[in-house]
Amino acid sequence: MTDEVITYPTLNRPEAFTQDELGWRPWLEVPDANDLTERQHAGLVDRARAGSDYFRLLARDPDILGARTRTDKDIFYNTREGLPRADRELAAAATSRENGCVFCASVHARFASHHSDRHDDVQRLLDEGSAAELGPRWNAVVAAATALAQTPPRLNSAHIQALQNEGLDALELSDVIHGAAFFHWANRLMLSLGEPEQ
Amino acid sequence: MTITAHDAVDTILGASPGSTLDQLRRRRPVTRENTQASYLALFQPDGSGDVDLTERFAVAVFVGALHGNGEATAFYERGLKEAGADVSLHAAVLDAAASGAALGPYGDYRESGLKNESRPGLRWSVPPAIGTLVGPRLSAALEHAHLLVFRPRESSPAALTSLVQAGWSTTGIVTLSQLVAFLAYQLRVVSGLRLLAAALPAPATARDDNPADSQTVTAQTVRTGS
Repeated sequence: MTDEVITYPTLNRPEAFTQDELGWRPWLEVPDANDLTERQHAGLVDRARAGSDYFRLLARDPDILGARTRTDKDIFYNTREGLPRADRELAAAATSRENGCVFCASVHARFASHHSDRHDDVQRLLDEGSAAELGPRWNAVVAAATALAQTPPRLNSAHIQALQNEGLDALELSDVIHGAAFFHWANRLMLSLGEPEQ
Repeated sequence: MTITAHDAVDTILGASPGSTLDQLRRRRPVTRENTQASYLALFQPDGSGDVDLTERFAVAVFVGALHGNGEATAFYERGLKEAGADVSLHAAVLDAAASGAALGPYGDYRESGLKNESRPGLRWSVPPAIGTLVGPRLSAALEHAHLLVFRPRESSPAALTSLVQAGWSTTGIVTLSQLVAFLAYQLRVVSGLRLLAAALPAPATARDDNPADSQTVTAQTVRTGS
């Protein structure tokens, strides 16, 4: 039988949000790297992603994985113009913090710290949540991401205005929205198909 | 796949060529094309895999309605009809969404350091009268979708076991999870861009006639030709 759900009775689980590196264990059977088809490799986009349980599990449906990966990379790595990478990562971290994805928050809090050199501010976001005082620009990004994280979404014109007051132009506003929105996709996969370990 | 399919986000937004949103989205052509490719992979798949089209659109109608997005719900309702769903199933999915309405995210944290942030809320299950109409397999999918939409922090192996027991394969669960998670993204792109359109000035009409502004034409060709 392949339709087995996997549990980890003795896993060393994180007990709070952290910038430490975490592992991730799948709750469903992951295809063996040696058994991946060409179509599955195409879905992984980068061959190196075959080393990840998470991506190999998603490779069970390779077409949506490939389109998702390309969306992800453009939203976060295409920084020739638009919002700086640090602010995109902040939007991702704030979204993950609000949704409760400890794994995603750890990865993107580290990226936000790295690209901004503001480790302590990022840690304050993880420790205190969306009410953390991070200065006007980051406060506006976190407030927008947190409002967009509500279901139904509660982003409103005041959030947009606050970002405009910090000098964000139309493309940068769109980048905040896409960076935050994308993590609703990532958080829900990471949270529901497996769990983090320390 | 239908290669000439109109962009789903534009359709839901009612964004026309040359509009503020059209111009803004064309500045990120890779994001735009792959957001649409994601929609197509889920809703016009090469073979329906382990999840049939009616199930895909039924879950999308449910998730769109839970997000309070009338335009997106109507968009996926059209897909549900075209997938051949009968009127009673269609009505049952809308009734399910009405009974599952809530304000998220909420739920209990497993992590000891986050317990004080746990927030109680509806742990929805399909009402029996609706379950009879939609059957156990779609009922399980709707309950899982509700979990992912409102309280993803409460996800668990037990939730996946419920899907397995209702007949969902491992690959089917991956597809279902991608579908709900994608919609959580797409619906927020729609919400955010709609707000942006209202906040930004309308495009200058002179730009529409400017032959130097060839980017629009090029992007249009790419979109319909790939």
